[in-house]
Amino acid sequence: MSVTFARPEARRGAWLTRGPWSSILSVAGFLLIWFLGAEIAQSRLLPGPAAVLDYIYEETVHGDLLFQLGITLWRVIASFVVAMVIGSAIGLIMGQMPAVNRVLDPWLIVLLNLPALVIIILAYVWFGLNEAAAIGAVALNKIPNVVVTLREGARALDPGLDEMARAYRMSPWSKFRNVTLPQLQPYFAAASRSGLSLIWKIVLVVELLGRPNGVGFELHLNFQLFNVTAILGYTLSFVAVMLAIEYLLVQPLERYSTRWRNKPV
Amino acid sequence: MNDIQHAGVTSQFSIRIEEKTHIGADGTRLTAIRDLSLDLKPESMTVLMGPSGCGKTTLLRIVAQLDDQFSGEIEMPADARLGFMFQEPRLLPWRTVRQNIDLVAAPDFSEKDLERLGDAVGIADMLSRYPLELSLGLARRVALARAFATEPDLLLLDEPFVSLDEKTADRLRRLLLDVWSARPTTTLLVTHNAREAILLADQLVLLAPRPTHVVAVETIDVPQRERDPKMIEALHTDLLKRFPANFSGL
Repeated sequence: MSVTFARPEARRGAWLTRGPWSSILSVAGFLLIWFLGAEIAQSRLLPGPAAVLDYIYEETVHGDLLFQLGITLWRVIASFVVAMVIGSAIGLIMGQMPAVNRVLDPWLIVLLNLPALVIIILAYVWFGLNEAAAIGAVALNKIPNVVVTLREGARALDPGLDEMARAYRMSPWSKFRNVTLPQLQPYFAAASRSGLSLIWKIVLVVELLGRPNGVGFELHLNFQLFNVTAILGYTLSFVAVMLAIEYLLVQPLERYSTRWRNKPV
Repeated sequence: MNDIQHAGVTSQFSIRIEEKTHIGADGTRLTAIRDLSLDLKPESMTVLMGPSGCGKTTLLRIVAQLDDQFSGEIEMPADARLGFMFQEPRLLPWRTVRQNIDLVAAPDFSEKDLERLGDAVGIADMLSRYPLELSLGLARRVALARAFATEPDLLLLDEPFVSLDEKTADRLRRLLLDVWSARPTTTLLVTHNAREAILLADQLVLLAPRPTHVVAVETIDVPQRERDPKMIEALHTDLLKRFPANFSGL
C-alpha cells in the first residue's frame, strides 16, 4: 500500500538541507557577520557578540536578568492565556451564530485596527498603572486576532461529522472533545503561534510605559543610558526564551496533535 | 410541526411523513416527500429503492432525527439505539480505528466483541491505524463495524456501497449479510442499485420521483444467503416488467 519516493539523502550534499545543520550554519553565519561588523566599527554603539554574551553572563550571575526575564515571561503567559480563552470563546460563538456575528463584527474591525499603543495608554489612564491593566491591555490587543482565526475554524467545521455525532447520540462533551476540538486544532495552533510573538512584543511596550520591572523596563532604562550592550543582552536573552518555548513546547505539541496525518510534519 | 412518539417496548418502527419541503437559499420551495407511510418489520431488512434525487437521504435523516423540519410522525422506542452508515465513511481521521468504534459502541461492548466484529469485517489487524491510512473499501468496513458496535435497535444504511468497484462492493454486501445474520437488526437501507436491492431486501420498497412516496412494497421470502445470481436476474426481469419506471435505466 505504501509508495516509495526517491530518498532525498541519496542526493550529494543533501546533509546540508537535512536535520539541524542548515539552521546551525545560518546562526553561525549571522554571528560571524555581527563579529566582523563590530570589529570594523569599533564603537560602543555596536558591541560584538562576545561583549553581549559577557554582559548576559554577568547579569545572570550578579544582576537580576533572570528575575526580569521571569516577570516578563509571566506577563506573556498570563496575557496569552486570557487572550486565547476569551478570543476562542467569542470566535467560536461568532462562527456558529450569524446573528451574534452581525452584532460583534463592527467591534471586531474597530479592535483590529486600534493601535496597541492607544489601548495600553487608555488602560493605564483608566485602570491605573497596575498589573491587571497591563495584562488586560496586552490581551485586548491579541483577542481580535484569535477571534478572527477561530471564527474561520468554526465556519469550517465538517457538517458530515456533526451529523455522524448526532446520529450516534454522542454526548455534548464527547462530541466537543472528539469531533469539534480536533477540527479546530490547526486554528488554535495558528492563533497561538502568531499570538506568542505578537504578545511578547506588546508586553515590552506595556512594561516600558508603566511597569517598574521586566525586560521592557530594562530596555527603557538602558536606552536612556545609551547602553547598547545591555539592550542587546536583554533582547537576545528573551528571544532565547521564546525560541525554547517554540522548539521545546509548541512544536512537540503540534507534532503530537497532528500524528494522525498520513505524512511527516 | 411534527411529533415523535415512542412506542415503548415493541421496537416497532413506523414512518408517516405528510410533507417535507426544502426551502432553498433563494426562498424557492421544493417538496421532497409527500404522504409517505412505511412500517418496518422488526429484525428484517427493508430496502428503499428509487431514482437519484428522490429524497431517500432526506428520509433517512428524518428517521435518524437529524432533521425535524417536516410534518408527520416517526414512531420508535424511546431509547432506541441507532447505527448509521453514511454514503461516505465519516470516520474521525484523528482517532484510530479502534477509538472510532469504541467512541460510539454500546456500553456493554467488550474487547472480545470488538475482536469478533473486527474479524467478521476483516479489519482485525487495522485497529490501531488511522482512517487516512485506509482505502475507501477498508474505511467502509470500519464504518460498518462502527454501525454494528452500537448494538443498534435500528440500522440505517445510506447507499453504503456506492462508488466502490463491483468486486469490492459485492464482498462488502456479503460481509454486511454475515454480520447482519449473526445479529438480525431492523434495518433500513437506501440504494439505487437494483441488483443490490434484490440481493439484500426482505421488503423492497419502491419509491416514486419527487415528491416521493411509496409506489409498491415487494416482499422477497427467500433468505438472502440462498439468492444466487440466476435468481436475482429472474427477480430483476420480473420487477422490470411490472415497474418499468423504477427498474429501467438503473
